[in-house]
Amino acid sequence: MPVPQTASAPEATTSRELRAFLHGLPGVDEVGARARAQDLATRSVKTTAKAQAIDLAISMVDLTTLEGADTPGKVRALCAKAALPDPADRTVPKVGAVCVYPDMVATAVEALEGTGIGVASVATAFPAGRAPMEVKLADTRRAVADGASEIDMVIDRGAFLSGDYLKVYEEITAVKEACGDAHLKVILETGELVTYDNVRRASHLAIRAGADFIKTSTGKVSPAATPPVVLVMLEAVRDHRAETGRKVGVKPAGGIRTTKDAIRNLVMVNETAGPDWLTPDLFRIGASSLLNDLLMQRTRLSTGTYPGPDHYTLD
Amino acid sequence: MAERRGGKGSGKNAAKAAKHEAKASDKGAAGTREAAPAARLAVRKTYKLYLGGAFPRSESGRSYPVTSAGGEHLANASLASRKDARDAVSAARKAFGGWSSRTAYNRGQILYRIAEVMEGRRDQFAAGLGRATGAGPDEADRLVSAAIDRWVYYAGWTDKVAQVLGGANPVSGPYHNTSTPEPTGVVAVLAPQNAPLLGLTSVLAPVIATGNTAVVVASERAPLPAVDLAEVLATSDVPGGVVNVLTGRVPELGPHLASHADVDALDLTGAGDAATEFEQAAAETLTRVVRPGPDADAGEDAWLDPDPGTARMTPFLETKTVWHPIGM
Repeated sequence: MPVPQTASAPEATTSRELRAFLHGLPGVDEVGARARAQDLATRSVKTTAKAQAIDLAISMVDLTTLEGADTPGKVRALCAKAALPDPADRTVPKVGAVCVYPDMVATAVEALEGTGIGVASVATAFPAGRAPMEVKLADTRRAVADGASEIDMVIDRGAFLSGDYLKVYEEITAVKEACGDAHLKVILETGELVTYDNVRRASHLAIRAGADFIKTSTGKVSPAATPPVVLVMLEAVRDHRAETGRKVGVKPAGGIRTTKDAIRNLVMVNETAGPDWLTPDLFRIGASSLLNDLLMQRTRLSTGTYPGPDHYTLD
Repeated sequence: MAERRGGKGSGKNAAKAAKHEAKASDKGAAGTREAAPAARLAVRKTYKLYLGGAFPRSESGRSYPVTSAGGEHLANASLASRKDARDAVSAARKAFGGWSSRTAYNRGQILYRIAEVMEGRRDQFAAGLGRATGAGPDEADRLVSAAIDRWVYYAGWTDKVAQVLGGANPVSGPYHNTSTPEPTGVVAVLAPQNAPLLGLTSVLAPVIATGNTAVVVASERAPLPAVDLAEVLATSDVPGGVVNVLTGRVPELGPHLASHADVDALDLTGAGDAATEFEQAAAETLTRVVRPGPDADAGEDAWLDPDPGTARMTPFLETKTVWHPIGM
């Protein structure tokens, strides 16, 4: 159900107007969202359709390494894998992007030169987002200057939960400006937003503030990308398109480890936002271990034998 | 599941494990039965698979009739599918890290515990074996004793096999050089077709004694003792997934286990005519293979040797050699 016209975004944004808009959004039927997500998860995708879905999912993977223990060597290895996920099979598509911490952007850009794969960098004091605004902007500008083509920012959940929507809005617009040509993904960290109503509000807030993508989670908080949350976010981008014609992407991240999970997400995209979103330009999956499972399932389909994890690189 | 196992009446060992509280009510029921002999429905057991420490039905929902040696219908056993085999390998892989990193001493204790729990259920096993193979009461009892002793035998081996197969190597250089055997990983065991209890125990125990995890395809014709054994394993401190028992057809499950890249070794004892074909498939992924021995299709008696030695343990071990420089 599209959002009613009365909930249109205000042109000049004040705190009061923003609040009125966000609280004017229809509430999420929690039981309904869960049931719908569960129902969509029962779709059976097999044989040729599965092969297609796996290749699509591989091309949507934002291959991620966001650990304190990251090294340039690990990032370079990840980049090699991004460009050629399965060295034994060159028909495997390359992944959507490589996602790293800001200080690793230069390394990743260099390693990916000529592959056409973009580098996404988390920024704005990821994952907590607890840093002064100047720091967040400097973080962003530096990542963009180093060559990141996508920026994954985190919202200030504290401000959002205490009702200071304007602060969140202004932060997103400021970071968007700092991004320049780079795409902006806004991480809502749904695991900390408590309710589905909040997820819907945060989604619309981020979309109105200029996000090119809305992303579920940092991957550092559990629960992360649960199916109902992804469903609510997909509804938000669908409604926004119905209203304005602009298409905003969605990126679930965290907790998607198996081919089955990934395909369920694709089914949800197709049935909620529509087939237009079934492209890496509008749907990404943030993951690290997922890629190996996709490759194993792909091998299973093409050879008929079960592959083992020992035959694939460690993340 | 616990209720089902308890309700079946597992014999004298009930006092040992808290899980068997159901026993008390069972005795109560027995008392009532004597008072009113006519009105009691038969409580039949559903024979299911044993995967990752749980007893699920086959993913395919199929089952097949199992008959006694005399042709009388005994029960319906789950007919495992290719996906059950896949799930079993995943469960075994998941359990491998924990099981292989336990101390050998602890694995020995657990294997001995299996013997203890089997001892308490020996009547059940003897009766089951009698039905499955047609063995008389004395013979069945002897075979059950031998199966229990087999667990004790390999329980003893767990912390000795490293001394026998490993050791300090003399090398020409300033190094300490030692070799130790380590478990190879997930072992798929096609259990002997005509030796459903002692034969099964004789091929399974050496695999897990050294720290491997196992996916066992039970005898197709006589799978029920394997399911009974699974119930013992489930109550003997063996971590879930260390042993996974599939009941079904070797021609259906074998090819997938043989070609599975995450299976590290394959015991083809019960493979029958397909052994060569499976060995070829296994070679594709460098899977270790144990070929069926000359007595693979013989009955339980072929497995009676009380001292089978290390022959069934060594094929599932890798040798790790460490070079350690001696300080100058």
